[in-house]
Amino acid sequence: MTDILKLENITTQVRRDIVRMVHANSSGHPGGSLGCAEFMVALYFEVMNHNTDFKMDGIGEDIFYLSNGHISPVWYSVLARSGYFPVSELATFRKLDSRLQGHPATHEGLEGIRMASGSLGQGLSIAMGTCQAKKLNNDNSIVYTLHGDGELQEGQNWEAIMYAAANNIDNIIATVDYNQKQIDGTLDDVLSLGDLKAKFESFGWMVFEEERGNDMESVLNVINAAKSETKKGKPIVILLYTEMGNGIDYMMGTHKWHGSAPNDEQLQIALNQNEETLGDY
Amino acid sequence: MEMKDTRSGFGAGLTHLGKTNENVVALCADLIGSLKMGDFAENHPDRFFQVGIAEANMIGMAAGLTVGGKIPFTGTFANFSTARVYDQIRQAVSYSDKNVKICASHAGLTLGEDGATHQTLEDIGMMKMLPGMVVINPCDYNQTKAATIAIADYEGPVYLRFGRPKVPNFTPENQDFKIGEALHLKEGTDVSIFATGHLVWEALEAHIELEKQGISSEVINIHTIKPLDNNAILNSVKKTKCVVTAEEHQMNGGLGDSIAQLLSRELATPIEMVAMNDSYGESGPPMKLMKKYGLTSKEIIESAKKAISRK
Repeated sequence: MTDILKLENITTQVRRDIVRMVHANSSGHPGGSLGCAEFMVALYFEVMNHNTDFKMDGIGEDIFYLSNGHISPVWYSVLARSGYFPVSELATFRKLDSRLQGHPATHEGLEGIRMASGSLGQGLSIAMGTCQAKKLNNDNSIVYTLHGDGELQEGQNWEAIMYAAANNIDNIIATVDYNQKQIDGTLDDVLSLGDLKAKFESFGWMVFEEERGNDMESVLNVINAAKSETKKGKPIVILLYTEMGNGIDYMMGTHKWHGSAPNDEQLQIALNQNEETLGDY
Repeated sequence: MEMKDTRSGFGAGLTHLGKTNENVVALCADLIGSLKMGDFAENHPDRFFQVGIAEANMIGMAAGLTVGGKIPFTGTFANFSTARVYDQIRQAVSYSDKNVKICASHAGLTLGEDGATHQTLEDIGMMKMLPGMVVINPCDYNQTKAATIAIADYEGPVYLRFGRPKVPNFTPENQDFKIGEALHLKEGTDVSIFATGHLVWEALEAHIELEKQGISSEVINIHTIKPLDNNAILNSVKKTKCVVTAEEHQMNGGLGDSIAQLLSRELATPIEMVAMNDSYGESGPPMKLMKKYGLTSKEIIESAKKAISRK
C-alpha cells in the first residue's frame, strides 16, 4: 500500500532542498524543479526499480534520463534523499570542485547520473538507445525520461519521437513537464506547440494526460497506468500539467522563476511554506 | 598495386566485429551502401539500427546504447558525423565519456563530384578539440580495417575518418593496429614527412622522387592525430631538423596544426604544410580535385625542398 503522506513529506523536503541550493549560489533553476518535485519523488521513491549501488550500465534496473537538465536541483535532491550520495553534498551545488554541476554531468562521477544534459532536446534519443540495449539484453526494465515542454521546440525530439513509433519502442515512458512556460514567456508567446496530444498521437504514441501534475496520488496513478501499457508495441508519453514554482506562492503563476534565485527574505518565505520534514542538509 | 576504398576497409572490419564481439552494434543514417555496412546489417539485424536521415537522433541513440553495455559504431558521411551533430557528440559522447565509435566516410575533397557541401575538410579539427576524443585517419583499406577492429577494444569515444575513392592498398593485410603509434614507412635524414590518410601514399611517391634528386626523406604515417605520437615525431625531427605535413584537411585544425603546436613547445623547427588553405572544394573527379587544390606528391616535394632551405 502506497503511503501518500510519506511521499508528500519527502516532496516538501525536496522543495526546501531546491530553494536552499539555488539561494546559496544565487543561481540555478527553481521554477521547473519545484514543478516536477512530485513526479521525481514518485519515480524514485515508489515507481522505479533502481539500485543506489550505482552501476553505469544499469542492466536489470529502470533508468531515468533528465532531458531538461537545467532542473538539476530537483534531481540532485531526489538522488541524495534516495541514498545515491550523501545529502550533505547538496551544499556543494554549483560551487567549485563540486560533483553537482549546474547541469547534470557524469564527468565528476556523481552516482545516479548516466548522461550529461543541459543542451536541450537530446534525452529522448539517448533513451531510444537504452531502450534498444534493454531489448537486446532481454532486460524487461523501463526507461523513463522527463522533458520540458519548451524543449520540444528542438527538432531532435521529433526525430526520436518518429523513431520510437516506427520501431515499436514500448519500454519507454516519456513525460513532458507541461507547465506551458519557458524563459521568454508562455509557450504560446514564444512558439506554440499546437495540439501536443494530437501531435504525439499522429506520430504513433500512446498519450496519457494528467491535469493534476502536482498531486501525488494523481501523479502515481498516471505513471502506473502508463506502466501497465508498456510492452504492448507502442511508445508512451505522459503530458503532465504542472505549475512552475509549485509550493511557493510567489513563484507560482509566472515564468519569472525559471532561472532566478530567491534572495534571503524570499528564501525565508519559501521555507516557511514548506516544513522541514526530513532534516535540512 | 591493388586499388581499394578505405570505406570498404571499414565495412570489412565491421563484418569481422560482427562475428567476434557480440557487444558491437551499428547504427546508420540511410547510407548503408555508401558506408559498406550491408554485410553487418544483413547478418546481425538485431544489432543493426537503421535510424533514417536523423543523425542527431543516431548520435544520441549511440550514447544511450552504451548504457546497457553495447559498443555502438555510427556510420554516415563525415559532414553529417561531425558538423551536423557536434553539440550531440560534445554533450552525450565526449563530455559524458561514452564508448561510442563515430565512423565517418566520404571525408575530404576525394568525395568528388557531390561538391563542397559534402566535402568535409574541418572534421579532424572539430573532433580533436573535444577533450578525450581519439581521432584516427587511416591511409588505406587494410589499415582502415585494422583500425575498425582495434577501436572496439578501446574503451572511450573515437572518431574514425575514411574516404570514398579507390586508392592504393599498400599496408600489410591483417596488420596489428595500435592507436596513437605512428608508423615509420621510410627512413631518411634530410626532411621528415608526416602524412595522414590518403596523403600517406602521396608522401611515399614524393619519397621516391626526392631520392632521385638526392634528398633523403623520412616518411611517417600519422594515422592517429589524437593522441599524437609525440616521441616518434620529436625523434624524427631531431634527426632531420625540418618538417612537411600532408593531409586532406584544412590547414587550420588539422595534422599540421597539431605537429606545429608540439614542435613550437618542444623543438622549434621549420614546417611546411600541404593542406587545404582556408577554402572550400568544388565538384569534380577526386584526383583532379587533389591536383587543383595542391594535395599531391608534387606539393610534398616542393614543400620538402622549401623546408630544407629554411633549416
